[in-house]
Amino acid sequence: MKEKKLTLANVASALIVLCLYVAVFIAEQKLPATSMLFTVLKKGATYALVAVSMNLLNGFTGIFSLGQAGFMLIGAYVYAIFTIPLEQRVNVYQYYAGGVVQFTLPVFVAMLLAGLVAAFFAFLIGLPVLRLKSDYLAIATLGFAEIIRAIFQWNQLGPVTNGSNMLRLFPTFNDFNIRNADGNVTVYLSTLVPLLVAGVCIALIVMIINSTYGRALRSIKDDEVAAEAMGINLAHHKRLAFCVSSFFTGIGGAMLAMYQTTVQAKSFTSAMTYEILLIVVIGGVGSVTGSCISAFLFVAASEWWLRFLDEKQMIGNWEVPLLRNGFRLVVFSIIIMIVVLFFRRGIMGTKELPDLFRRKKKAGGELK
Amino acid sequence: MWNTVFPYLLSGISVGGQYALIAIGYTMVYGILRLINFAHGDVFMVAGIVMVYVVSSGVPLWLSILLVLLITSLIGFLIERVAYKPLRTAPRMSVMISAIGVSYTLQNLVLYITGGLNQIYPTIPWISGSVTIGSATTKMVTLVTPVLTIILVVALVQLINHTKIGMAMRAVSKDFETSQLMGIKINSVISVTFVIGSFLAAVGSILYFTNYTTVIQTSGAMPGLKAFVAAVFGGIGSIPGAVIGAFIIGIMENIIKGLDVILFKSGVIKAPLGLATFSDAFTFALLIVILVFKPTGLFGEKVTDKV
Amino acid sequence: MSQEHVLDIRHLTMQFGGVVAVNDFSMHIDDGEIVALIGPNGAGKTTAFNAVTSVYEPTNGEILFEGETIARSHPTGKMKKIFAGGHPDAFVSQPIIRHTPDEITKKGISRTFQNIRLFSGMTVFENVLTVQHLRKKSNFFTAAFHLNGAEEKQMREKTMELLKIVGLQDLRDEMATSLPYGKQRLLEIIRALATDPKLLLLDEPAAGMNPQETLELAAFIQDIKRKFQLTVFVIEHHMDLVMGISDRIYVIDFGKQIAEGVPSEIQNNQAVIDAYLGGDDL
Repeated sequence: MKEKKLTLANVASALIVLCLYVAVFIAEQKLPATSMLFTVLKKGATYALVAVSMNLLNGFTGIFSLGQAGFMLIGAYVYAIFTIPLEQRVNVYQYYAGGVVQFTLPVFVAMLLAGLVAAFFAFLIGLPVLRLKSDYLAIATLGFAEIIRAIFQWNQLGPVTNGSNMLRLFPTFNDFNIRNADGNVTVYLSTLVPLLVAGVCIALIVMIINSTYGRALRSIKDDEVAAEAMGINLAHHKRLAFCVSSFFTGIGGAMLAMYQTTVQAKSFTSAMTYEILLIVVIGGVGSVTGSCISAFLFVAASEWWLRFLDEKQMIGNWEVPLLRNGFRLVVFSIIIMIVVLFFRRGIMGTKELPDLFRRKKKAGGELK
Repeated sequence: MWNTVFPYLLSGISVGGQYALIAIGYTMVYGILRLINFAHGDVFMVAGIVMVYVVSSGVPLWLSILLVLLITSLIGFLIERVAYKPLRTAPRMSVMISAIGVSYTLQNLVLYITGGLNQIYPTIPWISGSVTIGSATTKMVTLVTPVLTIILVVALVQLINHTKIGMAMRAVSKDFETSQLMGIKINSVISVTFVIGSFLAAVGSILYFTNYTTVIQTSGAMPGLKAFVAAVFGGIGSIPGAVIGAFIIGIMENIIKGLDVILFKSGVIKAPLGLATFSDAFTFALLIVILVFKPTGLFGEKVTDKV
Repeated sequence: MSQEHVLDIRHLTMQFGGVVAVNDFSMHIDDGEIVALIGPNGAGKTTAFNAVTSVYEPTNGEILFEGETIARSHPTGKMKKIFAGGHPDAFVSQPIIRHTPDEITKKGISRTFQNIRLFSGMTVFENVLTVQHLRKKSNFFTAAFHLNGAEEKQMREKTMELLKIVGLQDLRDEMATSLPYGKQRLLEIIRALATDPKLLLLDEPAAGMNPQETLELAAFIQDIKRKFQLTVFVIEHHMDLVMGISDRIYVIDFGKQIAEGVPSEIQNNQAVIDAYLGGDDL
């Protein structure tokens, strides 16, 4: 993050991003909507946002939090609860007489609310937890995610959360498609909109990182003692980072709900947090660009490119051994372990997209 | 009242013993490497899976049990050599991430081998048998667990206090660098620690899965986390602390599972509240309270940070 | 309080467990002075610094900055029994006052560290830019949406000015930790200046410097003192530097003050000579 000017590097980066969006838009109109590409892009956009939010905490502020699944859960639930159409509520909340929430919010308002509620929870959780150090903080946030999961499944809260039952029938990504009077899709936007939402959120995070607050956060990561001696209030800034990160994680949760089309608390396990952590590590701790690239690669590899490993493959008459259901994930885990062990800087290290257009500078910083 | 509480108390003690055997692995590794070994719960799960496959391949039961103990210890040894040793000089977070990676790998590997289906745990004669004590009918394993746990812990404490390797372990956990300079073979001490931890986790897995009867790739995650909480609760690095913490957590968790019934029968509540949902969450709430108010746990030593 | 000192330390005792690092130490610094605190290794100099900057809370004693009490404490709890410093009852009846280090910095005390603590993931420029955060006027939202352009510009200009003072303007985009040692020291000093301090604490600024660099540093300290109207409090081992720039010197050994005076007095003080020659090399 050098001094910001309208440099060639920044313009080139912006152009690349713009081209990608245009390409997605065209592809969406031309290719069949069932193409695996769109699944990957939708889920990738969701994971990219959550990974960048996690990176803001872990990579830029040096707070090792493992509460992502909990905040995603909050975001997903808030979004789902407030967007299920009124007439569908009796079907969804079948054991709770239609539930207590009897109004709906517009999709984008509900997404914003999802983020705000997640941030509010983060504020509360942060009061005790942010005083802890490194791995204790990690395990405490992990614990909070589990507590949140239990609370949302509690049947006494059923009229709001539907207990341990699924929430469904809320607007999904497909509802972004524009349809004509006959119900046929005229313009496909179900992939572009989530990518845009994620893009705007990530852009906001980048702006925060590049602001004076972002620099303060980075100084905390580099050296807490020096940062505090230079007048940076540790408690205040850590809380800020925690809330902001959780805000965007909450929006990511809302996007995940839209992607999955259903929400159930029991699926938001710590395994989900681990996946996101691995995305951040593979991308490079401290690189937003890295987290984005890595999120799409991760999703593409696990959902699409390595699919063939799950099925029998014949080369001529020879059946390739080992290939059957689940092998994909084994290969995938091994790739991840190789990255974790031997390529600890990840794909991008701490570099960002515009850095790739600049003359080489000495790369610095490793994850702490 | 007592008759209602007793069965929950009994299974709490049993589960507590099983957690204790896992918790020792966490606390020993943390004491020496300052690493939360996230993969430890999965080692415990793998021990269960190994048992299923060894028995189903026709090996006699007594030999199977020995093989499970042996193979699990070997797995623990290998994990340390492959995933943690190369990161000895790396930042602590890298090692933790590696541990999470190992956990992910073990789960996926088991998913692949089992096809993601619940595996029926083999019945071990005698300890699988039923027994009735007062108001509770339970499996023999419930009674065996606490006894076996205490025997193993006493043996372990003897090992640590009175043998050369035990002394080396204590030295390394006090001061990693200095003990290295004093000629202690750090790597073999660490390996022994992992072997002991995995061995105890394997014993724990035999008891635990005899009780719960099925194993799946995610079976290790929750007991693992709870055992870790037990280790923190007791004061990380302290073996007696981990054991006591594990018993407390096991008992509390089972009481909460039965809280609805207990409160209902004693007339405190009129309708069930579904409090059993919180049996897992409670453990974590306890963890957070401990971390905030007494981070050193019940028996932990105070570590001061130097500015 | 007849006259107002810039810094006034009264009966400061720092005790860790049974170890008394600073014992009943009193001193003051007046406006515009350069005052040095010297003493053999382990005498408690840095501990005193850490008390002034609120990294540590005093075990007993009080510290005033420009007449305002910024720290005050007396032994409580278990410490009451094992307290081994002087004047244990002097502050018992007064309320305890404590601050966090960042609040102290906002009041106008800034410092450098004995073992340089630059922000290792940042460039030279960013190191100086970052710390101006404490004087920002913008709030989180105006900053996040980059609506504080004027302020950012001002911060950047100030950063460049400060970098020019130490001749680091051409190295602005280098990583701070890749600079040679002497330059890192200078960078740390101007980073401290970027917080607009009235009182600057320098913890062994000449450590690891050769005689030539030490000489330049002495001139530099006097230079910035004039330019920024600073009061300077310095811990140092290099006697050339201390004797050259100090208005007054305090000497402590084993946490206790053994001498105080102008450089010529200290040079001839028998207790000081004994303290140094007795144990430590110089």
